Amino acid sequence: MLDALTLATGVAALLLAAWCGWAAYRDQPTKDWHFIGMAVVTLLTLVQLVVGVVQLARGEEPEQGTVIFVAYLLGSFACVPAAGFMSLAERTRWGSITVAASGVVLAVLEVRLYDIWKG
Amino acid sequence: MTSGRAETTVTDQEPEQKPGGTRLIGGPGLLLVWLYGVMVVGAVSRSVYQIATEFDRAPLAYSLSAIAGVVYGFITYTLVRGGETARRAALVCCAAELAGVLTVGTWTLVDPSAFPDATVWSDYGMGYLFIPVLLPLTALYWLRKARPA
Repeated sequence: MLDALTLATGVAALLLAAWCGWAAYRDQPTKDWHFIGMAVVTLLTLVQLVVGVVQLARGEEPEQGTVIFVAYLLGSFACVPAAGFMSLAERTRWGSITVAASGVVLAVLEVRLYDIWKG
Repeated sequence: MTSGRAETTVTDQEPEQKPGGTRLIGGPGLLLVWLYGVMVVGAVSRSVYQIATEFDRAPLAYSLSAIAGVVYGFITYTLVRGGETARRAALVCCAAELAGVLTVGTWTLVDPSAFPDATVWSDYGMGYLFIPVLLPLTALYWLRKARPA
């Protein structure tokens, strides 16, 4: 796995969390700009998914097992969009808090991804 | 007098007659559902993988993770479904979940030899940012507040 990509995704996830946390603090729902932010973070996880699969296809092995690695790649890809769609239905600050929580969870997943690849 | 009493009875019964009345996924409930969803995916996928590949290494730990996953799944379902019956079922399950976290958490600290590998509830869910112990407390509070007046 590209360390730089994992780091960038983790940092972007935390920034998204802080941004949506700020919106929640100001009692605002998620807005168009937040959704663009979520799209950027999701795009990063998608690139990560592709890069990860390509590396597996080239015969590289994650230290802690291929199945766990792919499961975490899929999980980190689904994490933020799932919360984003839920926040569409909840037009209050709680939608923002949910997206913020998804950013924190994604950052944790990135740390785990790093461990799984390196062992 | 008679009609007045009848009216009161009708009003008292009303919450019971509308099982879909209590919406549990509005406001803070949304965050709860999302976190429970994460725990379902985490606990179920983890236990399925571990039971399928290395069950003999720590059968107790992996079985407990599987049970945790099922409990999380049921609570998520009741929260999404809503209604008074679901609310009560969720209350019972959250209490069971809390008891499970506290029991298993203490168990792993007192007798680590029984657990060659970690469960979702090991050390009160430390590997999951203590979410397993915080979540049932928050959910119990939320479910009690959502009780129909």
